[in-house]
Amino acid sequence: MVPWLLIAQVNYLWYAVPLIIAVSLVYAATRHEEIVPILMHAGRLALWITGFMAAIFIVLFLISWRL
Amino acid sequence: MSEQATGHEPGKQIDLRDPVVAAVLAWLVPGLGHLYQRRFAKAALFFVCVMTLFVYGLALGSVPEKGWYGRVVYFSWRQEDKRLFYVCQVGAGLVALPALVQAHRMANDRRVWFSGFQAPPRLPNVPAPREDPNRDQPTPHDLHSRLHRYFELGTVYTAIAGLLNILAIYDAWGGPVLPAPKKNDDDEDADETDGEN
Repeated sequence: MVPWLLIAQVNYLWYAVPLIIAVSLVYAATRHEEIVPILMHAGRLALWITGFMAAIFIVLFLISWRL
Repeated sequence: MSEQATGHEPGKQIDLRDPVVAAVLAWLVPGLGHLYQRRFAKAALFFVCVMTLFVYGLALGSVPEKGWYGRVVYFSWRQEDKRLFYVCQVGAGLVALPALVQAHRMANDRRVWFSGFQAPPRLPNVPAPREDPNRDQPTPHDLHSRLHRYFELGTVYTAIAGLLNILAIYDAWGGPVLPAPKKNDDDEDADETDGEN
């Protein structure tokens, strides 16, 4: 049952993608003035946010295992 | 009054022109403050990012077949419905201001404009009298039952758009936030020597 529930939830995770991109770009743009450093900073930040979300996902997945 | 700020990149000076005017413009329309400062790339970046999130959030909170548009952005400070999200959403500027007009019209028993775009929902526990000009407006229950989770998604998108524009306003006012200056080794050695003495 759990894998099916996960697949159903994955579609909704796509809604996070525009948010991650916009947040990364805007935050990076407040730290730099030139476009190349902004894009590099935004890329690193997007990876960091995605990794953080993945870590939270794994923790929640493990503590809800076989519930 | 023109002010200069030092950019992150070494030796880069930014002409902020009048920072207060730039900040007000940046609030009114995302990126407009940067356009005023002739920082064209950042103006485009802020406009595209903030407006895309805001407009997409409005679209998520719409039910076209019912004629309900942009229902996730509304102002309400009624006893039964205090909309704190609007505090974040209004950061996006002009695009969130119709909500104030609509709330004022509804509070004064006048018909809302534009089919209720950004109008607050009608409260369900208040029986709508026959002469109520807004008795066809949806209640919060109607919105949630039609939009389901998209009501929350649209709310989050528009609220984050408003919050991001506050960062952009700060950037228009003060320039890019500088990282803490790194001390070089000589300075650190000198500090340690001073400490020992």
